[in-house]
Amino acid sequence: MARAVSNPRKALNTAIAWGIGLLIFFPILWTILTSFKTEAEAIANPPVFLAFDWTLENYSVVQERSNYMRFLWNSVFIAGGSTLLGVIIAVPAAWSMAFVPSKRTKDILLWMLSTKMLPAVGVLYPIYLLCIQLGVLDNRYALVVILMLINLPIIVWMLYTYFKEIPGEILEAARMDGAGLKEEILYVLTPMAVPGIASTLLLNFILAWNEAFWTLNLTAVDAAPLTAFIASYSSPEGLFFAKLSAASTMAIAPILILGWFSQKQLVRGLTFGAVK
Amino acid sequence: MATQHSRSAARFMMAPAVFLLLVWMLVPLSMTLWFSFRRFLPLRGGDQGFVWFENYSRFISSSAFWPSVQTTLIIVGGILLISVVFGILLALLLDQPMWGQGVVRILVIAPFFVMPTVSALVWKNMFMDPTNGLFAHLWRAFGADPVVWLSDAPLFSIILIVSWQWLPFATLILLTAIQSLDSEQLEAAEMDGAGHLSRFGYIILPHMSRAITIVILIQTIFLLSIFAEIFVTTGGAFGSRTLTYLIYQRVLESQNVGLGSAGGVYAIILANIVALFLMRIVGKNLDA
Amino acid sequence: MSSKTLIRTTSALALCLTASAALAQDTTITIATVNNGDMIRMQGYTDQFTEATGIAVEWVTLEENVLRQRVTTDITTNGGQFDIMTIGMYETPIWGANGWLVPLDGLSEDYNVDDILPAMRGGLSHEGTLYAAPFYGESSMVMYRTDLMEAAGLEMPDAPTWEFIREAAAAMTDRENDVNGICLRGKPGWGEGGAFITAMSNSFGARWFDMDWNAQFDTQPWLDTLTFFEGMMSESGPAGYATNGFNENLSLFQQGLCGMWIDATVAASFVTNPEDSEVADSVGFALAPDNGLGVRSNWLWAWALAIPAGTQQADAALQFIEWATSADYIELVAENEGWANVPPGARTSLYENPDYISVPFAQMTLDSILSADPNNSTVEPSPYVGIQFAAIPEFAGIASEVSQEFSAFYAGQQTVEEALANAQAITSEAMEAAGY
Repeated sequence: MARAVSNPRKALNTAIAWGIGLLIFFPILWTILTSFKTEAEAIANPPVFLAFDWTLENYSVVQERSNYMRFLWNSVFIAGGSTLLGVIIAVPAAWSMAFVPSKRTKDILLWMLSTKMLPAVGVLYPIYLLCIQLGVLDNRYALVVILMLINLPIIVWMLYTYFKEIPGEILEAARMDGAGLKEEILYVLTPMAVPGIASTLLLNFILAWNEAFWTLNLTAVDAAPLTAFIASYSSPEGLFFAKLSAASTMAIAPILILGWFSQKQLVRGLTFGAVK
Repeated sequence: MATQHSRSAARFMMAPAVFLLLVWMLVPLSMTLWFSFRRFLPLRGGDQGFVWFENYSRFISSSAFWPSVQTTLIIVGGILLISVVFGILLALLLDQPMWGQGVVRILVIAPFFVMPTVSALVWKNMFMDPTNGLFAHLWRAFGADPVVWLSDAPLFSIILIVSWQWLPFATLILLTAIQSLDSEQLEAAEMDGAGHLSRFGYIILPHMSRAITIVILIQTIFLLSIFAEIFVTTGGAFGSRTLTYLIYQRVLESQNVGLGSAGGVYAIILANIVALFLMRIVGKNLDA
Repeated sequence: MSSKTLIRTTSALALCLTASAALAQDTTITIATVNNGDMIRMQGYTDQFTEATGIAVEWVTLEENVLRQRVTTDITTNGGQFDIMTIGMYETPIWGANGWLVPLDGLSEDYNVDDILPAMRGGLSHEGTLYAAPFYGESSMVMYRTDLMEAAGLEMPDAPTWEFIREAAAAMTDRENDVNGICLRGKPGWGEGGAFITAMSNSFGARWFDMDWNAQFDTQPWLDTLTFFEGMMSESGPAGYATNGFNENLSLFQQGLCGMWIDATVAASFVTNPEDSEVADSVGFALAPDNGLGVRSNWLWAWALAIPAGTQQADAALQFIEWATSADYIELVAENEGWANVPPGARTSLYENPDYISVPFAQMTLDSILSADPNNSTVEPSPYVGIQFAAIPEFAGIASEVSQEFSAFYAGQQTVEEALANAQAITSEAMEAAGY
């Protein structure tokens, strides 16, 4: 609903919005800046903003201590795998909810969401014992499945709301032309839902990437993602703000960059059916 | 339009998701129920048989129980309030014409990408540390005594940290909702002499009500189980112990799995009460 | 490139690959460890171990609280995720008694197990069997700024009393310049503020339990301990000490903001290291204070390496433990980083080494360790082993909640009476639940 406004008004808007935007972004910016400082500069009072000796030392220390690439790859694998798997399972479910609704559709949807309400800490022992029985501790595939299950309700819900916005007439027309169920989903529905699917993928990738309970407690070496990486940098001995910042920057950089590049997709799709 | 054929096809297509979630719900739930009736102390002899409701009565009669429920509600409520109110304001602001809108939007949504552990660590150490934190430097620059955030204002600190993470999410959804508003309707209202406030109250806000519902619903689900932020910052001290954290203390610190499982069952009950309550107030908006 | 060379190169490459794969598959052990300085240093030397033995090492390095959560879950469920776990003096006897750890009785002759300091060996054993080998050991002691002490016109005795410490703290405090007379742990957590106040309470005649396992927080010595601690800290401690733990105090002290700091002896090497510490050349050491009741307020702790019973690689794990906790490893670190940086407090021979004993804090560390007796930690008799903890499975859970009550008192959220009443209730409740 962009309207034509006077330039002074626009300038004022710009100033306020940028001010607030920078304020909200500041903790991240400060972390990134601190990661290039020495430990002494990191706690200096008054704080130095830009005029310090930029150093990469913290990064090399972190790199030396941890196999960053392995953590990163595990994060990508687990978050990506669980999201993809989730979408594959959720698309048919969301399709049938949206186009063949029954009286119970809303109940099923809410029930799905309610499966997220069991606090993870309460079931740590049961799940841990189960994983031992199945021999899948420290296993990437197990985490893919678990995170998929955690996020599946959200995925189903998001897809359902997108599918619902697609007019049924188009489907009927396709059916008239002799399209089967498979064709209907593959050639008619999916292309129309691509923006929605894209933002579903993105949102759930982010949620899976940031999940920090199961990914930490069910892994050791082979499957440990970046959430485990960061757990070795909190509160060690001595000054550690700069090293913590470097590790933090390394942990969030990939997802931040992905998020920035794809924010248009994310924004377009993040409606949860709220827009009519 | 639903034929018999498509109905059975629909059921078939829903089956995998429903089945998986059913398993994912039932297996941990039944294991939690099972353990909650048993005396299970991993460090002291393991599983020692049924005690039935002893864990339940012990958990609820503990002096920590009701305060933890209260803390949970305060934290969830506080974060919801902040993210909805500021989310609306931010969405209104971002909707205004300006230069560099895309960049501002990126800046605003960035915190959503940050891992909870990382954001808790960064806030706790680099901002709230009473000696070396940025806030302490700032306070001293104005000649004030630095605030010891985590002990003097523990709930506020946690709410601040978590709100920072979730505000972008709320803003995004609300912004999408505003942008879908028919501008002609607004212009018409403007012609009729409706002021900013009445335009907001009578047109924009009702239009956003559905989006607000969604924000509240989704965030509540995630916020009821926040853990990392409390674990990293206060460790549940200074009255910041939520129900989730209390369960953590019972299961892992006290190594009493039976008692913790009973707590888990209470947490599910609480979550369902909250959900029911939410449905009552806002459910009308959600004609999903 | 001819096809022959191509084939040759490929097969050579393949051979290399299989060879290295075979080597890697040979044996790999996974070690869970805490992220403190000595452990991280050890990780840097692991290559030498791998070279010598062909055993590859994977590290899982975690912050202390996460580590405890992780290894406890794994050991109690027999998850078998780790071949070596880094644990402390609290866990070792309990886990050993449960049969969860491999007894370390297969240590070689060269390793010389009798060289381990008796206090450490005792604390890491159950019924005479050693279950974990100390990587480093610590007690606690007073670290103080010699320059500030002099400026205050005082002299630190080798074995100060709490009264003296309080006076000196007040005299050294300079609020204008942000200098706090004393920095102590107030942070919630049984291993943080909980450890400090428990060790301190011993010297005030307090104890956790009487001989019938009744909680003792309703007794006068506990009231005295907390009142004294809070009084001294509000006079001379840093603002917000209720959230300060080891690491916060370390960085305060290194920045020259503390006159005295009573904490782990291992901190001595950090505060005297000129690279990190602004006050490196003016730090003195003294025994932890007492109250004339015959018990000092120092604790005893060791970070030790243990082999969980569920491992498939017990032999390789034992080899690693022998390497990492040997006298040779100490030499290796001394050669590369200097004597001040070797892992302290584990071996008698270290303190007989003339190179080491000349390090400023070495003698005081040894004296502190020797003066700590986990079997006799309280003035009145107590039924438990341990100084800053009671080695029973319930303690960690109880003490982390109790220390939260204490920290809430330090932060001014409740009175000392309320804190102690809550502590008493929590402890009694938990002990009853455990079936005492």
